[in-house]
Amino acid sequence: MKPSGFAYHRPSTVAEAVDVLAEVSPAGKVLAGGQSLVPMLNMRLAAPAHLVDVNRLTELAYVRVDDDGGRRTVVVGALARHTDVEHDAAAHAALPLLREALRTVAHPTIRNRGTTVGSIAHADPSGEMGAVLALLGGTVELRSARGTRTVAAAEFTTGPMETSAAPDELVTSVAFPVPEGRTGTAWTELARRNGDYAVCGVGVLVRLGDDHRVVAARAVYVSMGPVPTVLDLTEPVAGQDPRADDDGWAAAGRLAAWRLDPDDDIHATAGYRRQLAAVLTERALRTAARRATEVAV
Amino acid sequence: MTTSMLGEPIARREDPRLLTGQGRYLDDIGHRALAAAFVRSPHAHARIVDVDVTEALDVDGLVAIYTHDDLEGRVGEPLPLLIPHEALTHGRTPYALAKDEVNHVGEAVVMVVATDRYVAEDACERIRVRYDFLPPVVGIEAARDAALLVHDDVPGNVSAHLVQENGDARSAIDAAPNVLELDLAIERSASTPLEGRGVHARWDADDHSLRVYTSTQASTSVRAALAAKLGLPPDRVEVIAPDVGGGFGVKIMHPWPEEVLVPWAAIRLGREVKWTEDRREHFVSATHERGQLQHVRVGFDDEGRLLGLDVTVWHDNGAYTPYGIIVPIITTTQLLGPYKPGAYRAEFFSLYTNTVTVTPYRGAGRPQGCFAMERTMDAIAEHLGVDRTVVRERNFIQPDEMPFDHGLTFQDGRPLIYDSGDYPATLEKIKKLVGWDDFAAFRSEARAAGRRVGIGIGCYVEGTGVGPYEGGFVKVETDGTVVVATGLTTQGQGHQTVFAQVVAAELGVPIERVAVTTGDTRRFGYAVGTFASRAAVMSGNAIAIAARKVRDKALRVAGEALEADARDLEIVDGTVRVVGSPPGAPGTSIPLATVAVLANPLRYAFDREAERATQFGGPVDVSKPPVAEGDSPGLEETGYYSPPRSTFANGMHAAIVETDPDTAEISILRYCVVHDCGTLINPRIVEGQIHGGVAQGVGGALYERMVYDDAGQLLNASFMDFLMPYSTEVPVVETDHQQTPSPLNPLGIKGAGEAGVIPVSAVIASAVSDAEGFAVTRMPISPSDLHELRLRHSSEGGPAR
Repeated sequence: MKPSGFAYHRPSTVAEAVDVLAEVSPAGKVLAGGQSLVPMLNMRLAAPAHLVDVNRLTELAYVRVDDDGGRRTVVVGALARHTDVEHDAAAHAALPLLREALRTVAHPTIRNRGTTVGSIAHADPSGEMGAVLALLGGTVELRSARGTRTVAAAEFTTGPMETSAAPDELVTSVAFPVPEGRTGTAWTELARRNGDYAVCGVGVLVRLGDDHRVVAARAVYVSMGPVPTVLDLTEPVAGQDPRADDDGWAAAGRLAAWRLDPDDDIHATAGYRRQLAAVLTERALRTAARRATEVAV
Repeated sequence: MTTSMLGEPIARREDPRLLTGQGRYLDDIGHRALAAAFVRSPHAHARIVDVDVTEALDVDGLVAIYTHDDLEGRVGEPLPLLIPHEALTHGRTPYALAKDEVNHVGEAVVMVVATDRYVAEDACERIRVRYDFLPPVVGIEAARDAALLVHDDVPGNVSAHLVQENGDARSAIDAAPNVLELDLAIERSASTPLEGRGVHARWDADDHSLRVYTSTQASTSVRAALAAKLGLPPDRVEVIAPDVGGGFGVKIMHPWPEEVLVPWAAIRLGREVKWTEDRREHFVSATHERGQLQHVRVGFDDEGRLLGLDVTVWHDNGAYTPYGIIVPIITTTQLLGPYKPGAYRAEFFSLYTNTVTVTPYRGAGRPQGCFAMERTMDAIAEHLGVDRTVVRERNFIQPDEMPFDHGLTFQDGRPLIYDSGDYPATLEKIKKLVGWDDFAAFRSEARAAGRRVGIGIGCYVEGTGVGPYEGGFVKVETDGTVVVATGLTTQGQGHQTVFAQVVAAELGVPIERVAVTTGDTRRFGYAVGTFASRAAVMSGNAIAIAARKVRDKALRVAGEALEADARDLEIVDGTVRVVGSPPGAPGTSIPLATVAVLANPLRYAFDREAERATQFGGPVDVSKPPVAEGDSPGLEETGYYSPPRSTFANGMHAAIVETDPDTAEISILRYCVVHDCGTLINPRIVEGQIHGGVAQGVGGALYERMVYDDAGQLLNASFMDFLMPYSTEVPVVETDHQQTPSPLNPLGIKGAGEAGVIPVSAVIASAVSDAEGFAVTRMPISPSDLHELRLRHSSEGGPAR
């Protein structure tokens, strides 16, 4: 479990970093927190000829809440550790889903080192933060020596461990849009052990109208397919008032289970995963709807 | 002040060192050593056609590449079969490097030595081994069907077939008013210590001696094995176990291929060589355990008393049988637990599969046996509609029936005779501790709240302290320090604490003055090893015997100096004194350190203490030789303890679990243990052993399984997918002790090392079955498994509780 040889680069600015990436492309790999990459290197599952360590790009070590005429976004730079996002008061106030989901990302020691952007760029189908980005319809900012571009989350993740980032591109930040109006969110997952990858994970968003009736319900799933799967679950719950009605949540859970197509693996059968999807979706929707009713608009 | 240190729950003396990172583990040794790495088989079953090393020869820093062709003499022969048995008619062991055939993924084929491990792995990557693929035998059913063979010359894949019988069990069952049959399964697991294996060797060409550090549970036996393999006089081989980061059985297996090859290469190259196993290697090339299918047929009367018990076990021994058939022997003998089985028949087939070799893992076959027996007890209770504890109680061996002879042969080749135990008393304690009789009320309350809960119980008897022997050495230095050595090894059990407690108590010295060395052949050459819950029983008693001999001599020498009768002397807090004399009264006491000086007449004075011990240092009787005939200089003695047979500890566990009606998650709400290991040397250490054992038991019950696919690939060879429980998955363990001293040894102690793990799968299966209303027959059980079981039972129209 020792990596193959590689050339090690440690740029100190984003400009330098993208120059190095351009120079070594396509043989470069970006190292941020290293919580997935280093084990892959050690097991020789990955053997890049060049490693570009971005840990000195302190200009990317930020979490901020942007406000563009009332449309708010939580923007996370590539060097923000999971723990920075988890504990950022402004980000939490704007988007409590971030902290709720982050608490299920591995263990604190891993969150102290691993980065949220790195996790999204790694595109593991059980990665919570990529799923949260997909649920909220967020974007990914990429930079290269050729320029800067912004990609929607849905276009960014193209498969398990696969993204549309070019070999010379550095993901510099991701932007999580803050849902507007009377909206509640929730994250819930079931893992075999505390902090493990989820057997099934669900993030949901429920939007209520001024009359407190459901106008939209959406869910995203991890470990239930090759990429985070976003489902529109509005139909079974549309028009339902969470303070009074109770029928649709279970139906929405069943709908989700029916529409998902998970695989068997060594930890669970596909059938069990579907059962979890139904149960966890129902639970998460109830929680999110209750939270939506508590939103002061 | 001196109180007896025996029975005191003192803190572990080794912890400050280990917890502050001062431990010295194998990989901390030999930074300048060359590194070894291995090319291992990627196939479960294949013939080796060709090994092409050409591309690897260019790797900068490469020192040597070895294949089986390079292994001369006995190094090239198959590794030893450590524990032969007449029933093991088809024992097979691997070569240190595979010769013509590989029989499991991970088997070592090529050894590479290089300047460091990075380079060694680079070279490994460039070595091309061509294989002729052979169809693998994976899983017990496939092995039993024997449509394919692991070893061409082993018919039916059966390495061993053994039947033990006491009475005519089959007739007794046929004649019984009630008969039940059960099919049970326990999956594969493994010891998985946090520190893997590792070995470092240094050859001294001038001294013609070999020093080997190895992360082992049996340094003296490794020495003997290496001396034999390498053709060296044992006297020229030193083997030392440094700090060892856990063993749990996997490191009692020896010599590993790497344990022979690293010293062999060190001699051949004249350089220090080291191999530190990585985690993936550990999963695919160290050993596994558990892995059995069982069929039980039981006959019983209308009260639930056993009339006959007939058990068949199909045991997966993996690719080879280097450790013999200890595990299935223990399963089929220890299965009986605290019960009188009526007539008993046990039959096992030990089967080859193209998977990692099976050798003992903490519990060593007992968890499987306990599972069979306890599932049977629950089935009888269910059949008769009787409380599960009542059925058990009706079958207990009673205290006045001790010693109880089962009429079988145990793993040590000696009769299976229980020495002592009070099972009814233990049952009373566990029922009280868990609140067995109050559970019905708790269940009703939970049910009203939509919750599903269950309670389970499991009982076991554990043969501990198997022979043949251990030894202890105790020496009082002239500064009053007491040096203690024993040959068996330490993997974190707390031997530096408990053995020091024994010496402090027996010798009357402060424990701070006692220093213990284990597992170092330079300090003590005769030993067996640390396994089978034997260290405290074996070395504890041996050290006590040695300490008593030192005490006798100290009193004799002090008596001469004080002109007192030795019978009037005692040792208190490191000072020999006349019993009943006022403290400080002149001529009534002498420090043990001074006695040590007096016990060693010197010619040369090198310090003030020594000066007093020289021939001219004081008044002497010139008519006598300085060292009397038959006496020896110094205050040191060696003692050995060799038991007539094993001593049998016992215990009972009970758990309350909750199962989620929707997600099928299984939560342990309470876990209770009552344990009887005879006299306690240190209750805190015993509890630590129990906690650790329960943690591994919970792993085996709910999380850990080795998942092989049909091609014989281990799919979860990492801690990401092999689910060792974290602290967050292990319940708080509530313990109570019962103390029934063993009549077999001077200290009255029994082993405690494995106890915690033995009944956990049985207990959790019992509790989950109770919660769900159907019998769980296969462990471990995951939420997904429980979900699928629910579907099957609801489609069969079974009751749901």
